[in-house]
Amino acid sequence: MASLKDMRVRIASTKATQKITKAMQMVAASKLRRAQTAAEAARPYAEKMDAVISNIATAAAGSPGAPALLAGTGNDQVHLLLVCTGERGLSGAFNSSIVRLARERALSLIAQGKEVKFFCVGRKGYEQLRRQFDKQIVEHLDLKSVRQLGFINAEDIAKKVLARFDASEFDVCTLFYSRFKSVISQIPTAQQIIPLVVEAPAANAGPSTSYEYEPEEDEILTRLLPRNLAVQIFRALLENNASFYGAQMSAMDNATRNAGDMIRKQTLIYNRTRQAQITKELIEIISGAEAL
Amino acid sequence: MATFHFDLVSPEKLSFSGEVDQVDVPGVEGDFGVLAGHAPVVAAVRPGILTITSGGTHQKIIVLGGLAEMSEKGLTVLADVATSIQDIDRAQFAETIAEMEAKLAEKEGSELDHAIERLDHFKSIEHQLGSTAMH
Repeated sequence: MASLKDMRVRIASTKATQKITKAMQMVAASKLRRAQTAAEAARPYAEKMDAVISNIATAAAGSPGAPALLAGTGNDQVHLLLVCTGERGLSGAFNSSIVRLARERALSLIAQGKEVKFFCVGRKGYEQLRRQFDKQIVEHLDLKSVRQLGFINAEDIAKKVLARFDASEFDVCTLFYSRFKSVISQIPTAQQIIPLVVEAPAANAGPSTSYEYEPEEDEILTRLLPRNLAVQIFRALLENNASFYGAQMSAMDNATRNAGDMIRKQTLIYNRTRQAQITKELIEIISGAEAL
Repeated sequence: MATFHFDLVSPEKLSFSGEVDQVDVPGVEGDFGVLAGHAPVVAAVRPGILTITSGGTHQKIIVLGGLAEMSEKGLTVLADVATSIQDIDRAQFAETIAEMEAKLAEKEGSELDHAIERLDHFKSIEHQLGSTAMH
């Protein structure tokens, strides 16, 4: 049986932990707000980009001269999985759920006889995937030193992916990230970015405007597609960032509550033990006095 | 004068949104002015200075490449980078140019052509910045 002093120390340390998790929750909440604003600010650009691309691409996709980024290499033997995770843990299942999705996809591709390569963005995903797929990881990138996610980070990643695509290192590229739905719900998502999947314009949109193109359509498309890749990655990074803080916030909220429960239980046991000891001492004194 | 809706968006934010009289866009194949009722057009944008005219006031914004789309809903410019002319750090801009010049030596073929073209655009922006700053 632990002595009273041991129990006091234990309660104090649980209280200290609770303070830390509480503080982390609050920090995550304020960072979440910033991350959400950033994600929202990026939305108009991505939406417009989508609209323009789908407009041009639906026309160009059928033609034989369509760029490889849109039409694909005509092959789907080698897959590149671009896995975006967080840099830090203590965020519940955030990192592992993205990794799990990527791993499942990889295993099913391997089972189909395809070749799989990984490109890890973020330290946590790299560490988890390394155990199983060390040889398949062709590149990994830390965004640890990045304080504020900028478009330039996404452009960097896009450039690296494109360089590998141009060197015919893979045929299909899929992006893994966590979509931010709400603070308590983040959905790990897989999105194919090479070749680009174009959603057909909504049927009720009416006859699409016939644009004049300056320069020619295909030239605009060749400029736009690599750019769109960066935009998609940027959006994924921002969503990921918001998801991370959301996940961390709820994880820390849980931790704080658990610590509270634990403190209550420990205090109860502590008080019981203390009372039992007092009673015992009283009995000893009384029976001592009676014996006289 | 008829106005139309104009959005200038960069990946990081919505830089400008509102009703305007005229926008002058630096297109890849030459500058062009857009007024209300312009024909639908999709045009690539080169690095240059975009001028927004609304209610007699001019606003100059430096865009570093992108895409302009005019439809019946208005004009949208997707800029790679959009910085208001007041906000730009000229020293840093000059530094960027110097960096680009230094990197020219490493490039070759069509990449070199692109780099030179881009550098020229940047230089012309700097030149215009210099001349507007004087008056």
